[in-house]
Amino acid sequence: MSDPEDYFLAPPTTFELPQFAELRQPKLRVVGVSREFATPNGAIVAALEHISLDVRPGEFLCIVGPSGCGKSTLLSLMAGLDKPTAGEIFLDGQRVDGPGAGLSVIFQELGLFPWLTVLQNVEFGLKMKGIERATRRRRAMEFLRLVHLSTFESSYIHQLSGGMKQRVALARSLATQPDVLFMDEPFAALDAQTRDLMHEELERVWKETRQTIVFVTHNVREAVRLGDRIMLLTFRPGRVKSVFPIILERPRHLEDADLAHTAREVLAQLKEEINKAVEEEYRHAAKD
Amino acid sequence: MRRRIEKLIVFFCLFAVWQIIYKLKIWPPYLFPSPFEVFEALRAGFSDRTFLIGMGISMRRIAIGYGFSIVFGLLLGLLIAMNDFLENTIGSLVLSLQSLPSICWLPLAVLWFGLSENAILFVVIMGSLLAVTINTESGVRNVPKIYMLAGRNLGANGSRLFLHVLLPASLPYLISGLKQGWAFAWRSLISGEMIFVSLGLGHLLMMGRDLNDMSQVLAVMGLIMFLGYVVDRVFFVNVERHIRSRWGFAPTS
Repeated sequence: MSDPEDYFLAPPTTFELPQFAELRQPKLRVVGVSREFATPNGAIVAALEHISLDVRPGEFLCIVGPSGCGKSTLLSLMAGLDKPTAGEIFLDGQRVDGPGAGLSVIFQELGLFPWLTVLQNVEFGLKMKGIERATRRRRAMEFLRLVHLSTFESSYIHQLSGGMKQRVALARSLATQPDVLFMDEPFAALDAQTRDLMHEELERVWKETRQTIVFVTHNVREAVRLGDRIMLLTFRPGRVKSVFPIILERPRHLEDADLAHTAREVLAQLKEEINKAVEEEYRHAAKD
Repeated sequence: MRRRIEKLIVFFCLFAVWQIIYKLKIWPPYLFPSPFEVFEALRAGFSDRTFLIGMGISMRRIAIGYGFSIVFGLLLGLLIAMNDFLENTIGSLVLSLQSLPSICWLPLAVLWFGLSENAILFVVIMGSLLAVTINTESGVRNVPKIYMLAGRNLGANGSRLFLHVLLPASLPYLISGLKQGWAFAWRSLISGEMIFVSLGLGHLLMMGRDLNDMSQVLAVMGLIMFLGYVVDRVFFVNVERHIRSRWGFAPTS
């Protein structure tokens, strides 16, 4: 498990789904991706280095790492919002070279449109695809029902609670039926109770839609709660440190003993990286 | 209802004070007419139709001048907001021109266009165009990046991103730009109309001065206030209330 390459080469043995055959073909394939940034004083800083990973169809993959490890950068690259300095990314064997309808992102700030109703927000992606009015309305309603918000179809965004906004954003992204749904620390700003509810909701929606999800978080317990696999990134530059398959039964609960046990394993490795981050910060502070 | 009664009582008291001061004969009546004389001037103005004609002519001018400002102010604002070169050059020029009181354009307008309709329209346009431009520009620039990011992510590109995300997202700013533009246009129009026999409300105001008729001056001033207030109340306040309720801005009480 310590060497991620081995893990990727080996066939998945973690759990068996009926559509096992099609699972062999990765949905999203990241091959040797690096991303460097130029700092204002001209130095080149590597944010990500030689990242390779496969996301299987229908998989719930969580990416975890200390802050500053480039997890959000990696997500931007996979979603086509940013271009890697080296390496390539493939969606269903096709090279990703820009944001596409097949790659949908839910950002932490959500970006719901306050000038539209809940239903119109969910319809938005379908409208942009040029889908005819009655069809897109029907499909948007289906997804609103999926997240239990159909009675709020004509509300405006500011009238909703934090958790409801999350569910609208989820429905809005799902309605475009993306190949991969990316979520960038979506629940970080929620209170603990609402976050628990959103975990349940997301797990249920994921099961019902079999949506492939890549979920970025710094919260290990959240990752263990939700993911089929957890990929742990190292502190700057971000590399794949380890990959943990999570074979706990679903539905999971944050209080479960075996969940806590697994989380502790992941956390032990994450701590090493956090310590590196802290050391680096001290070194910077000492210099100044 | 209570607020209305409060309003009514206060206005009644103001009129009473006015009448008392008039009765005290501190100033001669031709400089300080009673409210009844002003109402009489209003009635006379409407019955011989000079006020109606004046209002009609002024409204026509503002429709043309302000209409022009809306169209070109929005266009110019959008162009400046979306092009860094224009922002750096024309943008700062627009900002400095906006600091000119619109009446400063009057000498230039008279030299270019003579004492004509076009001179007045020019002053109205120069007075309001830039206010619309500046608000449009800052509206578009202040659209939170997340809306554009989300819009693009949901498949909106180019003109669709503009039409379905950028424009509605900057709407609150655009409306306040239009409102400010209206206020400037209305002020510029009245000052512009004062310069010659232009038949508009500004001209009627000056005519009152020329005839030493203080009642007419006050009556026309009242009319100008009333029209400005109506447009602001009936149009802009309703539009803003609508936007506030959608976006969830705190209602201003």
